Amino acid sequence: MPRDNISKQDEGGGVTTSEILSVAETGGGSAVPLLEVDNLQVEFKTRDGVAKAVNGVSYSVSAGETLAVLGESGSGKSVTAQAIMGILDSPPGRVSGGEVRFHGKDILKMSDEERRKLRGNKMAMIFQDALSSLNPVYSVGDQLGEMFRVHRGASKKDAKLKAIELMDRVKIPAAKARVGDYPHQFSGGMRQRIMIAMALALEPDLIIADEPTTALDVTVQAQVMDLLAELQREMNMGLILITHDLGVVADVADKIAVMYAGRIVETAPVHEIYKRPSHPYTRGLLDSIPRLDQKGQELYAIKGLPPNLLRIPAGCAFSPRCPKAQDICRTEIPVLHPVTEQDGTELPGRGSACHFWKEQIHG
Amino acid sequence: MSELATSPAIGDENPVSSASAPAEPRPKQLSQWGEIRHRFVQNKLAVVGLFIIAALFLTAAFGEMLAPFDPAAQDLENTLASPNGTHWMGTDALGRDMFSRLIAGTRVAMFVGLASIFFAVLIGVALGAIAGYFAGFADTLVMRIADVFLAFPLMIGAVVIILVTGRGITPVIISLAIFSWATVSRLLRSSILSVREMDYVHAAKALGASGWRIVRTHILPNSMTAVLVYATFNVGTTIVGVAALSFLGAGVPVDVPEWGNMLAAGQGFIGVNDYLWVFPSLFVVVTVLGFAFVGDGLRDALDPKLR
Repeated sequence: MPRDNISKQDEGGGVTTSEILSVAETGGGSAVPLLEVDNLQVEFKTRDGVAKAVNGVSYSVSAGETLAVLGESGSGKSVTAQAIMGILDSPPGRVSGGEVRFHGKDILKMSDEERRKLRGNKMAMIFQDALSSLNPVYSVGDQLGEMFRVHRGASKKDAKLKAIELMDRVKIPAAKARVGDYPHQFSGGMRQRIMIAMALALEPDLIIADEPTTALDVTVQAQVMDLLAELQREMNMGLILITHDLGVVADVADKIAVMYAGRIVETAPVHEIYKRPSHPYTRGLLDSIPRLDQKGQELYAIKGLPPNLLRIPAGCAFSPRCPKAQDICRTEIPVLHPVTEQDGTELPGRGSACHFWKEQIHG
Repeated sequence: MSELATSPAIGDENPVSSASAPAEPRPKQLSQWGEIRHRFVQNKLAVVGLFIIAALFLTAAFGEMLAPFDPAAQDLENTLASPNGTHWMGTDALGRDMFSRLIAGTRVAMFVGLASIFFAVLIGVALGAIAGYFAGFADTLVMRIADVFLAFPLMIGAVVIILVTGRGITPVIISLAIFSWATVSRLLRSSILSVREMDYVHAAKALGASGWRIVRTHILPNSMTAVLVYATFNVGTTIVGVAALSFLGAGVPVDVPEWGNMLAAGQGFIGVNDYLWVFPSLFVVVTVLGFAFVGDGLRDALDPKLR
């Protein structure tokens, strides 16, 4: 039943998410985007049944572009990333449909060994918790140098020089003196810099950062985010930034995809989404950001909980929590519509999977 | 813990100012092994144990030079002599110098003890790693085999094997190893199961490390602590095992100067010539304590919770 709805969504809508998103790309989109995720579906077999973590997600990223994927825990944003990287825990996880085209080639059809060679070399990932993402028994220099030794066959001495160079590049003070230090001797922010250095070591084309600043102090978050954005510009990489923090996104992202229950519910160029969200869920997310100018008021929270992925509600998955839900929302899965101005002018890159997007954005 | 708490703030979060300032000499930083060593030497008993083990190794290596007499030389005119100036620990029923025999026995004990632990660890690590990393069927298979071996009491199992193969050093090593690997593989398997879910293993995978590389550089070094501690502890236990087998008449051949053999020979003289069993027991006890102290110290030094 849900499968039928997904295919209906593609035929009926006529416009897929990646098409909507690619309109926003700078450069007109004559070249193939760096990464295209097309109708990706991922499920997890659990004791209680099959959990559909990703239900037909499509997005694309070009070189030098930053896509922010926004959503609550369990919305499928990290699972999508793991499926792209090919590091899904399987079993129980399984890609059950769709394509992931990297430089135009479907990497889901590649052998494990081919995909392993892509990782680190062409695509790399930064994790949330740098404190535990570094191996405690090796010095950071060894771990950085290992990237060159494994993938490039560098000698021990060259690898160490490269490691120092990388540490300089991510602005670790006194890199030369600290190259032999162990992860536990660095602060959280410094460790995340080292993780970034490891991910960028071989100058990949695509970086996926899974909540890279969540585990850090607020003051350090901005520094690390700026560093990541700066290096991305320098190397002209595509960046997928997974986050639940709308504040992190505003400065660095070019476009945003909001996910809910394994689907993209809204896409937009970054600044427009703050001004005029076209989905009630995005509206709710924006309203629940604490604001300095409204001191004393109770903080808004979206009522209810994210749905159980074993039992995604019929119709729009957000309908049980949506303040504006109508009957149609409980029966029909909304398609990702292109969003237009009131007079019908197209808003490039914008899409909304809400039956009432017009009311949401214009009313 | 204290040395960490008192160390000045490291990796301060202001790279711009720190980077532009000339690199000032940082307070001496201990590496990970440095810290482990530091914690180890703070444990007095562990250091005592280390000295005992060092002394045992030297005795085993240079036994001929240390022993005042040939351990096999009989002096039938001078049997059962009490400890005196010439024979420091007396002579046995055949007039052989006890001290020289105990020194010669050190080599046998250390060799057999270390060799059987070595093989136990070798088998245990290989099978435990397979069980822990590949999980599923391999895990079930290895663990059920381990259960079978754990179900045998060590002594009885070893005695049965030696009854079949005959007495000798090799059968003793093999039978002790066969009944010790199961614990090693269980220990390793359980720590691998937790280490493989660590973020750095996922991170290594996401950066393109191969399966074998992940096992070798990320999983094993982080799971070996328990095995290392167990192995150290158990060298002592195994040496007792060797002596016990010989005592029961199922160990090394009777003519080999071995602590268990000497104990067995001494048991007929309890209450008469007590030095015949006291000195061999003393060697066994001190050896076991030495390895136990070091194992204890290692466990505390390697315990990540104390960091």
